Amino acid sequence: MSDVVEKTLTALPSLLSLDSQPGSAKLSTNSKLGSLIRGITELTSKHEEEKLIQRELSSIKEQVSSPNTTMRQMKELMVRTIYCEMLGYEATFSYIHAIKLAQQGNVLEKRVGYLAVSLFLNESHELLLLLVNTVLKDLQSTNLIEVCMALTVVSQMFPKDMIPAILPLVEEKLNHSKEIIRRKAVLALYKFYLIAPNQVQHIHNRFRKALCDKDPGVMSASLHIYLQLIQENPESYKDLTASFVTILKQVVAGKLPMDFNYHSVPAPWLQIQLLRILSLLGKSDQSTSEVMYEILDESLRRAEMNHNITYAILYECVKCIYTIHPKSELLEKAAKVIGNFVLSQRINLKYLGLKALTYVVHQDPRLALQHQMTIIECLDHPDVIIKRETLELLFRITNDQNVTVIVEKMLDFMSINKEDHTTADLVGKVAELAEKYAPDNEWFVETMNTVFSVGGDTLQPDIPNSFLKLLSEGFDDEEENKKLRLFAVNSYISLLQGEPSKLPQRFLQAICWVLGEYSHLREDVEPDLVLRLLVKLLNIKSTSSETKSWILMAMTKLCSGGAPLSVPLEVSETYSSSMDTMLRQRAQELQYLSQNPELQARVLPRGVSQEPMEVDSSLSFLDGFVSEALAAGAAPYKPPHQRQEELSRSKALSLEPYGLSLPISMSSCSIADRQSPTLLSVSSGLSGDRTDHSHKGGSTTLKLDGVRRVWGKEGYLAQRESAEETAPVEAPSPLQPLVQQGDGDASYSQTPTPIPECEQEKQQLASSLFVGLASQSSVCLMGKSEQTSQRFRRKLKDPAASFPSSTQNPLVSPPSSVGHLLLDSSISSDLISSPEQTHLSSVDLTVANGEVELPDRDMKGIKSTLLREDSALAAGSSPHEELDRPKDSCLTSHLPAELSGLPHSEITPLCTSPSLDLSSCHVQKDDSLVLLVFMKSSSDYDIQQIQVQVTCEELEVSCVCDSPVEELKSHGVVVCQYFLTVKSPSVYFVLSGMMSHQIPDNSLQETQFSHRIPLTSFLRPLRLSTEEYGTMWLAFSHDTKQNLPLMMDAEEPLTATLKVLKDKLQLHVVEIIGNEGIVACCLRQDQPCLLHCRVHAGMLAVWLRSPIPELPDCLLYHCQRALQES
Amino acid sequence: MIKAILIFNNHGKPRLIRFYQYFAEDMQQQIIRETFHLVSKRDDNVCNFLEGGSLIGGSDYKLIYRHYATLYFVFCVDSSESELGILDLIQVFVETLDKCFENVCELDLIFHMDKVHYILQEVVMGGMVLETNMNEIIAQVEVQNRLEKSESLPFILH
Repeated sequence: MSDVVEKTLTALPSLLSLDSQPGSAKLSTNSKLGSLIRGITELTSKHEEEKLIQRELSSIKEQVSSPNTTMRQMKELMVRTIYCEMLGYEATFSYIHAIKLAQQGNVLEKRVGYLAVSLFLNESHELLLLLVNTVLKDLQSTNLIEVCMALTVVSQMFPKDMIPAILPLVEEKLNHSKEIIRRKAVLALYKFYLIAPNQVQHIHNRFRKALCDKDPGVMSASLHIYLQLIQENPESYKDLTASFVTILKQVVAGKLPMDFNYHSVPAPWLQIQLLRILSLLGKSDQSTSEVMYEILDESLRRAEMNHNITYAILYECVKCIYTIHPKSELLEKAAKVIGNFVLSQRINLKYLGLKALTYVVHQDPRLALQHQMTIIECLDHPDVIIKRETLELLFRITNDQNVTVIVEKMLDFMSINKEDHTTADLVGKVAELAEKYAPDNEWFVETMNTVFSVGGDTLQPDIPNSFLKLLSEGFDDEEENKKLRLFAVNSYISLLQGEPSKLPQRFLQAICWVLGEYSHLREDVEPDLVLRLLVKLLNIKSTSSETKSWILMAMTKLCSGGAPLSVPLEVSETYSSSMDTMLRQRAQELQYLSQNPELQARVLPRGVSQEPMEVDSSLSFLDGFVSEALAAGAAPYKPPHQRQEELSRSKALSLEPYGLSLPISMSSCSIADRQSPTLLSVSSGLSGDRTDHSHKGGSTTLKLDGVRRVWGKEGYLAQRESAEETAPVEAPSPLQPLVQQGDGDASYSQTPTPIPECEQEKQQLASSLFVGLASQSSVCLMGKSEQTSQRFRRKLKDPAASFPSSTQNPLVSPPSSVGHLLLDSSISSDLISSPEQTHLSSVDLTVANGEVELPDRDMKGIKSTLLREDSALAAGSSPHEELDRPKDSCLTSHLPAELSGLPHSEITPLCTSPSLDLSSCHVQKDDSLVLLVFMKSSSDYDIQQIQVQVTCEELEVSCVCDSPVEELKSHGVVVCQYFLTVKSPSVYFVLSGMMSHQIPDNSLQETQFSHRIPLTSFLRPLRLSTEEYGTMWLAFSHDTKQNLPLMMDAEEPLTATLKVLKDKLQLHVVEIIGNEGIVACCLRQDQPCLLHCRVHAGMLAVWLRSPIPELPDCLLYHCQRALQES
Repeated sequence: MIKAILIFNNHGKPRLIRFYQYFAEDMQQQIIRETFHLVSKRDDNVCNFLEGGSLIGGSDYKLIYRHYATLYFVFCVDSSESELGILDLIQVFVETLDKCFENVCELDLIFHMDKVHYILQEVVMGGMVLETNMNEIIAQVEVQNRLEKSESLPFILH
C-alpha cells in the first residue's frame, strides 16, 4: 500500500505539468519550460536573452545525449527545444533526437517527436530519410492516432524520392472506415501530387472516388486536388461540371448536416472552393457556363445575410460570373454586388470591392465610372492598402487622356510610401504608362526623371534599358526624335548643374549615356561644359565604379567634337592606374581615341541611325594574332568552365580575389555598340507585355461581345446626374435595359455630402481621371488599340537579332503591328471613332466647366452604329475559321517529295492572318523529326518576304531554308521545313513561332502561334543486343521506378503490355525472359533510355535508366498514358 | 495554399510559428520581424489584408491578420485562398483555442505551445485547410487529450 502511495506522489508533479486543463498555466510554471519562460520575461536586453538561451541549449544538449535520459524526459526537453527554435536559436544537435523520439516513443512522445521533426526539418534534409521507416510503421499501426500523425507529417514534408515507398499505404487509407483518416490521406496524396505529379498519375480515378465519398469532409478535401488539376488542365475535367454544380446546389439548399453550418451559412468554405472550381471550368466555354448559371443565381440570392462569410461567398460568386461566359442578367446582379462592396463602410469589403473592380474593369469600365466618386475618396483613404489597391485600379483604366493625373497620383503615393518592393512595383508601372501614353516630350522626360530618382537603385534594370532604347531607336518622326533627345539633354544638364550627388547611380548612368550620345544636338553648349560636369560627377565620392565607367565612355564620345584635350587627358591619366580593370580599360580607350580623331570617327560614328551592328562573335579577325602567339609558345585558350574544372581538380590556387575585376555588367558591352547600350536585354519587359496583352485581347473577344452591348458613351455626365438625382435617368440603350434603372438603389446614391467646394474639387478630379474611359477605352483597355493610342511607337525589333543565322533583312523597321485580328479591329474602331472624337472632347469641356449638358441623342446614334460594326466583325470572323478545315486536307499534296513516304501527323492549323493561313504537321524521319509549316495564301495579291521563326527552349530548331520566302503567289502554297532535335526532354514541347510578312503597303504584319509536340514523336526504337543492354544499364545514373497497370486480360500479360508500348511509343523490345522484359529506346543516338519491366503482384514494375536526367520521368508519363488508353 | 502562420504579441515576440514552405532559420526570423513591422503599424480600423513583405514573396502573397488583445494572428497565403474565408478561419481557430483553454490568453499560448500546435494541425495540414468545423476540431483534439489522461493513469494504479 505504501508503495502505491509513494509512486503516486512521485508521479504527481509530472502529471500536473502535463495537465491541459484550464488554468494550468500557473501550474506549469513549475516545469522547466515554465522557468525558462519566466527567465526570459525577466530579461531586459536581447543580449541577455541570447546568453540565457545558449546556456539552456547547452544543458539540453548535455541531457539529450546522455544515455540515461528517458523518453519521457526527452519529450519535455524537445518542447523546450521547440521553444528555443521559435525564438530563432538553432538547435541542430536535437534534430536526430527528435527523429529518435518519433521512432521509439509511445504515442504521446511520438507526437512531440513528429511535431519537432516537422518544425525543424525540411523536405530536402538528409536526416528525413531516417524517418521513412517510422512513418511506414505508423501508417500500418492499428492505433488511429498514430496513423493520423504519420499522415500529418507526410503532408507537411516528405522526401520526394521516398514517396513510392509509402504511396500504396497512403492509397489504402482512402478506403479506411474512419473519415478523418480518409480525409488526411486525400490531402497527403494532394501533397504528393504537388511535389511529384508523375508518382500519383495512376490514382486519378481514386480521386474521383474521394469526390463521391459519403462524408462531406472527405469530399471537400478532394476539392483541393481538383482545384489544382483543373487549373492545370480544365479540358479534362469538363465532364465533372455537372457534379460540382449538383454538390453546390445541395450545399446551398442546406442539405448538409447542421454541423457544417458556420454562423448559419451552410459550409461556406466548401461553397467558396466550389465556386472557384466552377469559374475555372466555365472560363471561355459557353456550354459549360450555361450549366452553372442557375446555381450562381441561387448562390447570389441565398447569400444575403449580413455576415463576413457570406461576403466571402458573394465575392467568389461575382468573380466566377465575370470569369465564365457572360450572361447579362447575372452580370447585372454581380455589378450590383460589387457596388455594395465598394460603397460598404466596412473597410475589408471596400478593399475587396476595389479588387473586384480591378478584376472586371477590363470587361466593364462602365462599373468604374459608376463608382468614380468612391474611387476618388479611396485615393485619400487613411489606409495605405486601400490607396494602393485604388492605384492598381487606376493603372488599369489609364489612357492617353487621363495619364497625367493618374501618374501624378501614383508619384504622390510613392513619395509617402516607404516600402521598397511597393515602390519598385509602382515605379515600373509609372514607367510603363509614361512610355505608352505620354502626351508630350517634356512630360515624358520629367516623369522618367522622377521615376529614376524615386526608384533609386531598387529599379528593375529593364526600365533604364528600355528608356534608353526608346531614345536611341526613336519613333517614326525624325524631327520628333530630335526634340525628345534635345529635351532630355537640357533636362540632364540642368540636373547635373544642381546637386548630382543625390541622384541614384542608375539614373546617373542613363544621364551619362544620353549626354555622351546626344549633347551635340544642343549647339549652344560647348562639349567642354558637359565634360566639366562629367568630371565633377567623377569626383563625387559616392559615385560607384560602374557609373564611373559610364562617365568615361560618355567622355570618349564627347571628345570627338574636337574639344580641348586637357580634361580627358587628365582624367584618363588618373584612371589608367585604377585598381578596377574595367575603369582602366575605359581610361585607355579615352586616352587613345581622344588623341586620334580619325580612329574615333571610325569606332564611334556620330549621328548614324540604328544600323544594327554586325558583330563577329567568333572574333575571327584575331586569328592571325592568336596563331602568332601560339607559335611564340603561348598556352592555348581555355574556356572558363574548363578552367574552373581544372582549378577544382588541382585545388591548389584560388582565383577568387580577381573575380571582381571581371564584371559582366551592362557597361562591359556597350562600347562596341555605340547606338544601343541596351541591346543586351533582347526583349524589354514592356514590349513583352504588349504582345501578351494583345494575345489576351484576341482570346477574350468572344466574352466581350456579351458585355459590350451595355456600354454607353455617357461618360461622366450621365453618371453625375444619376448620382445627384438619386433616381437615375440614364438614357436607355436601344438594345438593352441598363442595370441600375428602376432599381432605385439607395447604395448608388450614397454619395457622401461633404462641403460643396471639396465636392467640386473631387468631381473635377473625377472628370480628369475617368475621361475617355467610356468611349474608345472600351477597346483600348483590352489592349487592342494600344497601337494607335501609343505615342512612342517602338520600331519593330530586328528579326535578325533573335535569329542570328538569318541574313540581313531589308525590311527591318517598318512600323510594328501585332496580330492581324487585332489590327483589324483597331482599324475599324479607328474608322468609327474618328468622327466622334471631336464630339467627345466637347463633352469633356463642358464637364470641366461644371455644366451639365448631354447631347445624348447624337451619342445614341453613334453607339448603335458602333454596335453594328462590332457584331458584323464578330460574325465575320467565325465562318472564316470554319472554312479552314476543309482546306487543310488538300495540303497533304504539298508534302515535299522526299518526306511523302514517311509517317506524318495530322495537319493542324496554326494561325491565320487576313492573307495567310499557316498549318503544320511533323514527319518522323529515322534520325530526326521534321516540322513542316504550310503557308497558304488566301489573298488575291502576292505576298512578299514571308518569314517564319520557330523557337523552343527544349528543342534545337534548325531551318532548312534560312532566307525568307521572297514571294508567295496569290492562293499559292509554300512549305518550310525545320529539323527538330531534343536538347532537354520534356513531356510536351511547346514551339512558339512568329510569322511576319509584308503586305502591299510595305508594312510588315506579324502573327504569333504555338504548336505542341509530344515527346513520343521523338522516340525511336534503339536496337540492342542483350549484352549491349547490360553494359549500358550499368553505365547510366538517372533512374526512376514505378508500377504501371498490366494488361491482365491478355493471355500473356507481359508480352501484351510490352507490345502496346512498342506499338504506341516505338520502343524496341530487346528480350523477354519469363516474367521480365527489357526494352530500349532513344531520342537521338546519344540520348538512350532503357526500361526494365517485371511482373509483380499484378502490376508491371518498370525501372527506367538513362544518362539524361529528365528523360525517365517524361517517358514514364507517356508509358502510363499509353497503357491507360489501351 | 497557406505558406505560413505566425502568432506574435504586441511587442513582436513570437508565440507560435508554423511555416509550410521551407525558409532557413534566420530567414524565418527576418520574416517574423518584417511581418510584425508591417502589421503593428496599422490601426485597428484599417483593413485586415496586406501585401506580403518583400521576404515572403511580395505581391503574390497576402498577409491576412487579426488582432486580439495582445496577440496578432497572421496567415500568409497565396492567391488561391479567399481573403474573407481565411479571415473567418482565423476566427474559428481562435474560438477553438478559447474552447480548449477556456478563456484563452497569451500565457496559455506560451506555456502550451505544443498543444496549440496540435490544435492547429487539425485545422491546417501541410498548408491546406483540413477542417473548418469547430466541433469537429475539438472532437479530434479531445481524442488526443483522452490519450494523455489514460497514459498517466497506470502510474497511479501501479
